[in-house]
Amino acid sequence: MSEKPVGVIGAGSFGTTVANLLAENAHVLIYARNKEQFKQMRDQRRSHDYPLHDNVRPIESLEELAAETEIIFPVVSSSGFRQMMQDLAPYLYPYHTLIHGTKGLDVSLPPGSDINDPDVVINRNNVKTMSEVILEESVVVKVGCLAGPNLAREIADDHPAATVVASRFDSVIADGQKLLRNDRFQVYGNKDLIGIELTGVLKNIIAIAAGALSGLGYGENARALLISRGMVEMIHLGRALGGNTEAFIGLAGIGDLVATCSSSLSRNFTVGYRLAKGETLDEIINSMQEVAEGVNTVRIIKKFAGHYGFRAPITEKLYQILQGKATVKEALQYLMKIPLNVDIDFL
Amino acid sequence: MNLKYNNRQKFDPILPDHDEWPVVKLSKNREEFIEKVTNAAFKQIKRLRPTPQALVQELETTRYKEKLRLQNDPWEVDPDDEVAFWKKVQTDLMEISGKGETGGKEDEILYRILLRYATEIAGNFKHSYYRFTRRVVTFGFARLLNASQSKMFSGLFRGERTLRDKIRIRGYTNLTRDLAKKGTIVMVPTHFSNLDSILVGWVIHELGLPPFIYGAGLNLFNMGLFAYFMNSVGAYKVDRRKKNLLYLETLKTYSNQAIQKGIHSLFFPGGTRSRSGMLEKKLKLGLLGTALDAQRSSFKKDANKKVFIVPVVLNYNFVLEAPSLIHQYLEKEGQEKYYIDSDNYTTSYKIVKFLIKFFTKPAEISVTIGHAMDLFGNYVDKEGNSIGKSGQPIDPRDYFLKNGKISRDKQRDEEYTRLLSQRIVEEFHKFNEVLPSHLVAFVAYLLLRKQFVNLDLYSFLRLPEDELCLEFATFKEGVRKVVQVLHELAHQDKILLAPEFEQPLAVIVDTGLNNLGMYHAKRPLLRNEKGEVITQDLNLLYFYHNRLVGYNLDRHV
Repeated sequence: MSEKPVGVIGAGSFGTTVANLLAENAHVLIYARNKEQFKQMRDQRRSHDYPLHDNVRPIESLEELAAETEIIFPVVSSSGFRQMMQDLAPYLYPYHTLIHGTKGLDVSLPPGSDINDPDVVINRNNVKTMSEVILEESVVVKVGCLAGPNLAREIADDHPAATVVASRFDSVIADGQKLLRNDRFQVYGNKDLIGIELTGVLKNIIAIAAGALSGLGYGENARALLISRGMVEMIHLGRALGGNTEAFIGLAGIGDLVATCSSSLSRNFTVGYRLAKGETLDEIINSMQEVAEGVNTVRIIKKFAGHYGFRAPITEKLYQILQGKATVKEALQYLMKIPLNVDIDFL
Repeated sequence: MNLKYNNRQKFDPILPDHDEWPVVKLSKNREEFIEKVTNAAFKQIKRLRPTPQALVQELETTRYKEKLRLQNDPWEVDPDDEVAFWKKVQTDLMEISGKGETGGKEDEILYRILLRYATEIAGNFKHSYYRFTRRVVTFGFARLLNASQSKMFSGLFRGERTLRDKIRIRGYTNLTRDLAKKGTIVMVPTHFSNLDSILVGWVIHELGLPPFIYGAGLNLFNMGLFAYFMNSVGAYKVDRRKKNLLYLETLKTYSNQAIQKGIHSLFFPGGTRSRSGMLEKKLKLGLLGTALDAQRSSFKKDANKKVFIVPVVLNYNFVLEAPSLIHQYLEKEGQEKYYIDSDNYTTSYKIVKFLIKFFTKPAEISVTIGHAMDLFGNYVDKEGNSIGKSGQPIDPRDYFLKNGKISRDKQRDEEYTRLLSQRIVEEFHKFNEVLPSHLVAFVAYLLLRKQFVNLDLYSFLRLPEDELCLEFATFKEGVRKVVQVLHELAHQDKILLAPEFEQPLAVIVDTGLNNLGMYHAKRPLLRNEKGEVITQDLNLLYFYHNRLVGYNLDRHV
């Protein structure tokens, strides 16, 4: 057991899973913004259908959480991440380490504008990864992220799995490994923080597409085609955003991509699946308990690619589907006709 | 940022009693300090090479490298017993390897080498030298200056103009003075010219600060006049030929121990003069790292001695060695061959000639003292407290804590050093003062370049100069547009502008054209009889243009 308890911020299904994993090696404080959820955790020792490990203690205040811990795992949706950091920042010190598990991007837009406005520009100055948000909003410098094929349900059921802890600091990687590792859970380290964050972010786009193919009833050839072409698109986008190719061919890249594109447990996959079945985006989102990060990511990346003038055909077509401007079938037909015939052009 | 010039403000010395100067104290205890450095370096090497075998191997490598250096690259400043010393090391090492059993002899050899290095590095600050040099600089140069202003020799002793009119200082001067009383200052200037060290030395004195120590290239000690200056301003010697582990660790230890002792230091973090003329983008982390190590050690010893980083940006209208610098840059043969000896500074005669030129013609040098930071890039207030981005107080000690204790973590500290170097580069860009001469070079170069977009850089630079010419109106319009953008940038605190920028466009253009590289045999820019703007040396124009690279200004030309 480490000397001080470890903090987890966000008690969604993944946050709860991370807290339970940590609890095998340390005392854990978990914070949920929602008061009802806090009470449920405190009184029923449950969160999102998962029982809480004995070592997990729900906590009501961010200030207390920061005061008692040196290492904190923020696992909240990307849309709430910056606000959460602003609330937390006053209680953080340079000795804190933050390892986040959020697979989305942050966009700063002028007040009152919407990402779909045609004159809103998205470039690298206003798109930030979560680690960049942490650095911007707080005095913390020891920052890391978690990424990998980590479907919450399977981890909760004690299936074997692994994750990547990425950070520029060896000590952050070592802390992450020490805290998360157990005999069913392996932890790898990577120094390319931005690259690893981006793998987790970008794979959600491909996961929606995979769900859509599945929804149309297509099989493994189609899925394999999507995964490999999706990988190429991810690498091009990832490099444009500041990651290295290497990050994408490891566990957090190809590993996570295969898992999310094959599993109906994934939220992003479900969005694609139901879109293909003819539901509208609004219907799907309204019926889901938690955010599917991929939807927002598609919008951001479509605009980002547009700004720098490079092609991201899968993302562009998904964007049209999400906007209700194309059906999944039409998009697929288009993609099959693209005169692209170079297999590997990124190495 | 309200960083107005105030050339009349006089700064009293913060330590009037010279015996209180840290460098004076250091030079009084020179032997003791050298021993301290040697011991600390010894410990460090033993930590890096823990087994006798590894150490012997390292000693062998060092000896071999030193032998090569002596054969291939001997210098005048090398001591006479150099060959004998390394011969002896060789014999002793052979003796060990012959026996198979080292018997601790390798420790003795290591100590001997480190002591030699530490002694060589240690500066020899002589207070009398210092006073004399000061007098030469201020009195002599001021005389030259005044003579030139009246254009007559009779002006020689009027004395109404001082160096302060020639060298403009702006920025956080008072903050730096306050902090110099509270902790150790590490000044990190941009580096363009061999003159920089003398210039910064003068600025330090002018601000009323006690002399700083700094690592001067040993090659500078090859030249009589420079050697004299260097020995007087607390320079320690850095020999860039010696790239072996033992030497580098001794050097770092020297710097680290001096900072811990509270001796203000000066590093040129670019490591070498900017060959391209650009602001430094990538810094050398070695010496910066020693500042961080020193800070950690002080905190660990519970001494609340803080180290403050003060970026300084120097700007010249004219860099004497520009032709050879840009030549090296373009040839790329540079590859860290800092010690190329074919600089234009080879003789004292040339330096004196340059100085006379410099002080007899109107061309200002601008010096900006940046905002002091802690070692983690946070600004520091005049009490020495670190302030976070949103104004919250920060205890720099917290960066070193692990489980509530100050911990040693090499990789973490390297990462901190890297982050600090990024912050310094940011600050360089922010405190860079645009001189009209750099502006006109920037605009003219880009306008010429636009006429030949199809050529790559090297083909373009090889074009004969007489094929290149700009209509004055086009040129002036280009300058106007960039001036507009520069004012916006300055308003956002992203750059500083020289005072001329308050004046009409015509004045900016004229000042720029008149001042740009004025003493080069071939002028980077001038106007021909038709009034067109032409260049006599495209490489030089490129060099001066580079100073404004990095602000995304090119799309406005």
